[in-house]
Amino acid sequence: MTDQAYNFAYLDEDTKRMIRRAILKGVAVPGYQVPFASREMPMPYGWGTGGVQVTAACLAPDDVLKVIDQGADDTTNAVSIRKFFVATAGVAVTEATADATIIQTRHRIPEAVLTAGQILVYQVPIPEPLRFLEPRETETRKMHELEEYGLMHVKLYEDIAKHGQIATSYAYPVRVEGRYVMDPSPIPKFDNPKLSGSAALQLFGAGREQRIYAVPPFTHVVSLDFDDHPFSPSKANHACDLCASNISYLDEVITDDQGGRMFVCSDTDYCASRRAAGHVGALGAPMATEKAAE
Amino acid sequence: MYVAVKGGERAIDAAHAWLAEERRGDRGIAALSVAQIRTQLTLAVNRVMAEGSLYDPDLAALAIKQARGDLIEAVFLIRAYRTTLPRFGASIPVDTARMAVIRRVSATFKDLPGGQILGPTFDYTHRLLDFALMAEGDAPLPQKEAPTTGDAPSAHIPHVMEFLNRDDLIETEAPIDATPPDLTREPMELPAARALRLQALARGDEGFVLSMAYSTQRGYGRTHAFVGELRIGMVAVQMHIPELGFAIDIGEVELTECETVNQFKGSKTVPPQFTRGYGLIFGQSERKAISMSLCDRALRWRELGEDNIGAPAQDEEFVLMHADNVQATGFLEHIKLPHYVDFQSELELIRRLRSEAIAAREAAE
Repeated sequence: MTDQAYNFAYLDEDTKRMIRRAILKGVAVPGYQVPFASREMPMPYGWGTGGVQVTAACLAPDDVLKVIDQGADDTTNAVSIRKFFVATAGVAVTEATADATIIQTRHRIPEAVLTAGQILVYQVPIPEPLRFLEPRETETRKMHELEEYGLMHVKLYEDIAKHGQIATSYAYPVRVEGRYVMDPSPIPKFDNPKLSGSAALQLFGAGREQRIYAVPPFTHVVSLDFDDHPFSPSKANHACDLCASNISYLDEVITDDQGGRMFVCSDTDYCASRRAAGHVGALGAPMATEKAAE
Repeated sequence: MYVAVKGGERAIDAAHAWLAEERRGDRGIAALSVAQIRTQLTLAVNRVMAEGSLYDPDLAALAIKQARGDLIEAVFLIRAYRTTLPRFGASIPVDTARMAVIRRVSATFKDLPGGQILGPTFDYTHRLLDFALMAEGDAPLPQKEAPTTGDAPSAHIPHVMEFLNRDDLIETEAPIDATPPDLTREPMELPAARALRLQALARGDEGFVLSMAYSTQRGYGRTHAFVGELRIGMVAVQMHIPELGFAIDIGEVELTECETVNQFKGSKTVPPQFTRGYGLIFGQSERKAISMSLCDRALRWRELGEDNIGAPAQDEEFVLMHADNVQATGFLEHIKLPHYVDFQSELELIRRLRSEAIAAREAAE
């Protein structure tokens, strides 16, 4: 049931129109951070207010929404955001990546390949890839205008000089269609290759920082690197202990106080689908057995 | 056999139920009413209204009750409500010279038209705990005296600045007809005009604005401020009604206004003259109003042709981007949300870097 005290998907229609305009501008200029008049949402800044506003502006009554945090549908903040849209928009929700028309995410891109018509909405804490090199917004905007990205390359070079490799493992900077350097939000760099050439529309919302940006379908996105130090996505050198996948991104779970640990897919829907299809990892049990045990 | 953790939804519901119970506290003690908070914790209500940017004492009191006395949480509740309200229009600027003052002091003149009115202030109280209050007896009713203003409540009480202005000793702020920007409706763009800076300071965190102002007094962007005038009282809010063709009173708000007089040695273009800092806050909040006027003055270095000595309080981007406690709290506290994925990638990076460093050391040995 929709809470009648508020408009469909919480935001009033004027606000949604303002956000849609920012989204359209973002789509027209891929990777460019569009300022928008972010509203105060009934959840704290830093907890996905940008993503929530973008999702609210995109949602239509027949949409099917999926919300994930750390790749999982049942993390507390994902649950909280999903409940918010169930209460304010009454839309159908799903955990299945393939069934969703809009997926709001924090820190991951789903393992399953996204398809045309799907929208992936990222929650972004700090949209400015140059922020930790130059704290001033007035300066960084100028640097983007002038395509002045030398500072970023120097930083990556210094990493290599110091550590022998680029020591950035998440929120790894990318260049969009050869123009804007963009922060892909704090996804692990393992996910970076999925940004490029995706059939889905990728939208990024930063509420506190009042920025929206976009990667339209089939946009070329390159992770920054050097010819002699090419970008390499990385993950734990294991297979999932539940579903045996060796191509998915893994969470490390501490299982006892003796150093025991196991590795499981961070994408819970991907892992569950594989287990339902009969894949069993080293520490997993066939799904039917586990159901019986619960 | 490992079963992945589930039950986020049940955990959230249980946490909310527990929170509600904690908020109510010991049921053997009468519940606090919103009216009690509104009328007896007025200064807390004022702060929530000021930083929530919404003048509604009842809702502010409700927010304080719901937030268990956490004022930033209460400000957040008010802001989240405010943002959903429709905008019918704008009032005409309030006339603080017609304020029904309950307090009005000037530190620059011993006496002045309208008089010095001490009003309900903590200023000269001795900060000794009053154990009579703990005994929960009601304070004795004060001897009622005639209103000390001596004038009708809305009499014109001129601003101190007007006296200085007569001799051109203080800068005149030319009136601007442009509609001031609204930072709750447009993204903040820098550099910001003074109207936008004042808006951000008015709803900024009291502690932050206080510390910024304090830093200017200790030499980080010194502006030599005197409190020209501080006044507190009710002011009528008027709105122009197109159907009527004139403005009518639609209500009144309590305001604290502070104007500072600041030394200014002149620059290449401007002869020596006093300059102004300005603070205007909902409710009674002298600390915030004075802090705001010091910050306002410090941020005006560019237009007055002063040097930027690199003081934090002179740095518009630093001050405006970090003054909002709802933004700051949210972002600060979001680091308690799960970060497994990022942490995992960091773990792998550290392990790889360590193993390479250790291998290199062993090879060297």
